[in-house]
Amino acid sequence: MTTAVPPAKPPGRLARWWDSDIAFSFRSSPVTVMATLLALLLVLAAVAAPLIAPYDPFDPASLDLSDGFSKPMEPNEITGKVFWLGSDGQGRDIFSAILYGSRISLLVGAASVLFSLVIGVGLGLVAGYVGGRTEALIMRVADIQLSFPAILVALLVFGVARGLIPPALQERATLFVLVAAIGLSNWAQYARTVRGSTLVEKNKVYVDAARLIGLKAWPVMLKHVLPNVAGPVLVIATINLALAVIEEATLSFLGVGMPPTQPSLGTLIRFGQQYLFSGEWWILLFPSLVLVLLALSINLFGDWLRDALNPKLR
Amino acid sequence: MLAYILRSLMQGLVVMLAVAFIAFTMFRFVGDPVVNMLGQEATLQDRAELTERLGLNDPVPLQFARFVADAAQGDFGVSWRQGRKVSSLIVERLPATVELAVLSAIFAFVVGIALGVYAAIRRDGWIANLVMSLSLIGVSLPTFLIGIGLIYIFAVELRWLPSFGRGDTVRIGWWTTGLLTVSGLKSLVLPVLTLGFLQLTLIMRLVRSEMLEVMRADFIRFARARGIPERKIEFRHALRNTMIPVITIAGLQLGGVIAFAIVTETVFQWPGLGALFVNAVQFVDVPVMSAYLMFVAFVFVLTSLMVDLIYVALDPRLRGSPAMAK
Amino acid sequence: MSQPVLSVRDLTVEFVTRRATLRALDKISFDIARGEVLGVVGESGAGKSVTGSAIIGLIDPPGRIAGGEVVLSGERVDNLPPDAMRKVRGKRIGMIFQDPLTSLNPLYRVGEQLIETIQTHTDLNASDARKRAIALLDEVGIPAPERRIDGYPHEFSGGMRQRVVIALALCAEPEFIIADEPTTALDVSVQAQIIALIKRLCKERGTSVMLVTHDMGVIAETADRVAVMYAGRIAEIGPVREVVKQPLHPYAKGLMGAIPSLEGDAERLVQIPGSMPRLSAIPPGCAFNPRCAQVFARCHVERPELIPVGDRKVACHLYDEPGAMGGKAEIAA
Repeated sequence: MTTAVPPAKPPGRLARWWDSDIAFSFRSSPVTVMATLLALLLVLAAVAAPLIAPYDPFDPASLDLSDGFSKPMEPNEITGKVFWLGSDGQGRDIFSAILYGSRISLLVGAASVLFSLVIGVGLGLVAGYVGGRTEALIMRVADIQLSFPAILVALLVFGVARGLIPPALQERATLFVLVAAIGLSNWAQYARTVRGSTLVEKNKVYVDAARLIGLKAWPVMLKHVLPNVAGPVLVIATINLALAVIEEATLSFLGVGMPPTQPSLGTLIRFGQQYLFSGEWWILLFPSLVLVLLALSINLFGDWLRDALNPKLR
Repeated sequence: MLAYILRSLMQGLVVMLAVAFIAFTMFRFVGDPVVNMLGQEATLQDRAELTERLGLNDPVPLQFARFVADAAQGDFGVSWRQGRKVSSLIVERLPATVELAVLSAIFAFVVGIALGVYAAIRRDGWIANLVMSLSLIGVSLPTFLIGIGLIYIFAVELRWLPSFGRGDTVRIGWWTTGLLTVSGLKSLVLPVLTLGFLQLTLIMRLVRSEMLEVMRADFIRFARARGIPERKIEFRHALRNTMIPVITIAGLQLGGVIAFAIVTETVFQWPGLGALFVNAVQFVDVPVMSAYLMFVAFVFVLTSLMVDLIYVALDPRLRGSPAMAK
Repeated sequence: MSQPVLSVRDLTVEFVTRRATLRALDKISFDIARGEVLGVVGESGAGKSVTGSAIIGLIDPPGRIAGGEVVLSGERVDNLPPDAMRKVRGKRIGMIFQDPLTSLNPLYRVGEQLIETIQTHTDLNASDARKRAIALLDEVGIPAPERRIDGYPHEFSGGMRQRVVIALALCAEPEFIIADEPTTALDVSVQAQIIALIKRLCKERGTSVMLVTHDMGVIAETADRVAVMYAGRIAEIGPVREVVKQPLHPYAKGLMGAIPSLEGDAERLVQIPGSMPRLSAIPPGCAFNPRCAQVFARCHVERPELIPVGDRKVACHLYDEPGAMGGKAEIAA
């Protein structure tokens, strides 16, 4: 993101960008600016987790049971150590766990969005370009997929993968299985959008013209279709990132996601839930808060992006 | 019109068959049914016998046909984990899920449509803006967190409502209902709110955007140009036109209610099908998984058939044309 | 002639955007007498439809009436409060839209829509309103109206639907009707019938009409007077015969020259070079100056006002001084 650019000099590229309608609508929506800053902050913190985190929550050697259940910002009754956001029953620092947890949540989210984007855009292009039975088949599957809730598809993929992968490898494979499960449950929207755009471009004169002068129509079309769908695909991807993060958290919460050795935000919440009745509220509250803020800030940005790229909706 | 209904019936059948094929593939090829049913220590002879008895030596198309025939009669085999017939597990848990899902759907529809219409009509009012902002927060709140939050407020702090289970139920034939006892009703409140919340926000946003779209239509402008009062334009002309796409999309989203029932049931330890399915996924209990898949597909086909029928009732363009007939 | 049915004075409509305030209508003025049909022609974007919307008070935001007044039979209507204006719409000003396919609510029977409109503006009870609706359908030439009144819009053909739209506009016997491109979306074979219908009904009732179209043939056949619009201004207004046969404004000349006629020779078909400026780039002075063949220095600085020339009015500096007719063409660069 770019901040203040002095528009005094002859308009450079930055200045022109700053004056564009999109940049203007961004500047004039304080909520969007706040949300974007928050999202960036959370993403940066997750990426830089090893540098920021005061403790390494994955190192069993550093855990001390007497640090257990420290309250936030208060010295531990036995050891006197201070944990900013408190610690859990095993003395694990909640703040560090959240940093590493959001790292895993974002990693799974981003990877699965990329995965579904590649599948969806690819299938959409093929459906729109080839047409006929291939198109009918792809779009029919997309329809069914769209009407089946993503979380259900993800659970099924997860269950099947569990059945097929030997138990010894399961824990290490979980991350990939999750990415595949979430990715496979979200590709249909991309396919629909890209197919529509491809159909429009396919009937334009330049495609015929390219064929006439002996060029392959494919690359020419790609050059025209991709810029056209970039906006909508970006919007879908942004909103799907929030959805994917939530989906991952939900799967982990249900106990079919990230294992306790590599906890994501959802796994942390699953553990924290045990303390709902016993008063150690910080173990549950802080990971939940981070999850909601992450999803909300991405959603707010996506919502703004959709309106900004679609002026007719306003 | 009859042709239209027949066509949606046919489509439903095709979907059921496609899903049955996926369920069958899972059933047959994920994990080894024989090992799973007999355990690792069984003798080779026992295994061969069971393989023969289950018909696993037959050609695959024949096995698929048998699977479909059995499924049509509600027979999905025996749970690998619980050793009971899958059909009886489902029958036992069906009422809990159906009561939860139907009440949530009604709640989501009624409140969602009312709020959506309000947000569309008063699109620049502060309440409408507040509702819209809250709805975005709602979309960003995972269902399980809503459940946990509600439990914390109403069960832990206020102690007004129970935090888990169905409460006392009454048995009517094979159906058990929580609707006839006070504790049953109390137990329903939090799960219904939790499950309905996400659908509510989605329906509300959908109603609002569809209604704003309709309000831009030519016939609305023409109605204004004829001096029809704004109230009538909104509630007579715009609302009914809004409902057509809303019913379609929202009807299909009922599938979402079933899916998120999985999460809600886990949070509230609700003895329904969703909790059964999550357990099945955790322990790779394939017969239960494939039966649940068929169940969801069936609900999906049933709702889309209902949506088609409502569609016919709402849109005269799909009915015959009596005024044109001789 | 007595008081005009409609009198528009210096009407200005602006659209406020972030970058600029665009003038869709720039101080236009005209009158329509009782029973008169005024044709309004011009290219798309010239401001024809905006004029209609402004008169009936249905300019969508971000557009707004920024100045001038609209006077209906002596009463100013552009500044009425919303509910009072609503009662004027339909009751005193009727409007016919371009596309009959989208003008009717697809989910209600045409009878329901007619009766609703009738009951909005009169005290008739349900059965009397229905009788009146049937009579209206009969009047606009729909066969078997007692039966067709219970039909849905999709059961009518395009031409029949436009007749229903006309019936709806006439429900409360308005004194003035705005017909916004009423035939553009119809088959050519039906267009003449619809125009004849509008003409007949208005003659019978003494209703005045503002007929917006870009079809000069329709204007020549139907209108009593015609206003030629260009870039949100009136270029020329006057009796239809004179304007069509001997247009004065260079733009009107070009426009009339572009009508193919049966008796005219092919040379008469001229084309105006260039295209109408966008609202954001209207040149100073006369808006037509970049395309005008007879442009001279004054056109670039001073905006021409409508000045009377015989029975008509023209906004062109060529006619400002007597005897100056067309004599300045050689000054053009």
